[in-house]
Amino acid sequence: MILLELFLTFLKIGAFTFGGGYAMLPLIQQEVSAHGWMDKTALVDFLAISESTPGPFAVNAATYIGTTVGGLPGAVCATLGVVLPSFVIMLILAKIFSSFCQKQAVKGVMCGLRPAVVGLIASAVLSVGQSALLPSGISFSVLLSLPFWISLLIFLIMSLLIFLKKVHPIMVIVLSAGLGLIAGYAFNLPT
Amino acid sequence: MFHQILSLFLTFMKIGGFTFGGGYAMIPLMEREAAEKRHWIQSSDLLDIVAVAESTPGPIAINAATLIGYRVAGVLGAVAATLGVVFPSFVILFGLSFVLSQFGSLRAVRYAFFGVRAGVLTLMLKALFSMYKKVPKNALGYCLIALSFIAVTVFHFEVIGVLLFCAVAGLCVTLIRRQKENPHDPS
Repeated sequence: MILLELFLTFLKIGAFTFGGGYAMLPLIQQEVSAHGWMDKTALVDFLAISESTPGPFAVNAATYIGTTVGGLPGAVCATLGVVLPSFVIMLILAKIFSSFCQKQAVKGVMCGLRPAVVGLIASAVLSVGQSALLPSGISFSVLLSLPFWISLLIFLIMSLLIFLKKVHPIMVIVLSAGLGLIAGYAFNLPT
Repeated sequence: MFHQILSLFLTFMKIGGFTFGGGYAMIPLMEREAAEKRHWIQSSDLLDIVAVAESTPGPIAINAATLIGYRVAGVLGAVAATLGVVFPSFVILFGLSFVLSQFGSLRAVRYAFFGVRAGVLTLMLKALFSMYKKVPKNALGYCLIALSFIAVTVFHFEVIGVLLFCAVAGLCVTLIRRQKENPHDPS
């Protein structure tokens, strides 16, 4: 039953979403590719879409993947699934909430989760880096391929903009899409 | 009562509809709408709410909406606020998935995504650095960063298992460290 599967998979993703969307990329990648719902590159493209539309990445991913897999009912099931764990947990916590953060146990757990989230983002960076710069794997022929150098150039320009000029993320998406378009048509790149 | 629930739904719909780039971007907007305009919470509550949202699973936007909704109007309020914050992205992504399945194979769209992939990489590096700043700089922190990275990237361990392991490790180390500092403290 595809709807139940969507609901349960995104319930799992919602229950383990810590530290924002990027950290969850490896988790969503594992779950989604285990079901064959979306391949790796499509998920990276989706990351860009999610960054340029409102809402949290996990919710956006749930709605989008739910729709492509099971239409409107699929979208509803996946989105409900991803929202339900935080909803229930917050309802339980609402009463004891201000003392919750002071608890030594909670602080201890966060001491472990924060570094884990950094490791997960690093892993996501590597996997996105691979599909952005080296889509056909690492080899010497990469150094002779035009798309590699163009991607690298776009990456460097955007890094300058975001780290030195503090440009808004949406601006980065729009500019890099524009550069991709221009370079694609100018050099007649393969699609 | 009904008025309040409707107003929760609409306010959080507005917050959800204008939050680009994840939960932290939402905090200033929530401060203006929920604290300054509606007085549902105090501005200082917001820091607590963010702290709780960070230390519980789920996207921060959902956590905050549920919590504020519950405080204002109980369970129904929580439902209204949570549905409200999700509604805009649901509608947009639902529509977008049809647009992309129609136009996704166009040459122009492919080129645009080719560029965007490199841009997203930059955004992720930025997120990596800002999350790294929040990690306590001690042996435990560095070990767990390395461990979770290697476990997921090299050995393809289940992400959920890695998260659980790190949570338990952090808990144990913190409790042991505390015991050493004041051995008579029962907590």
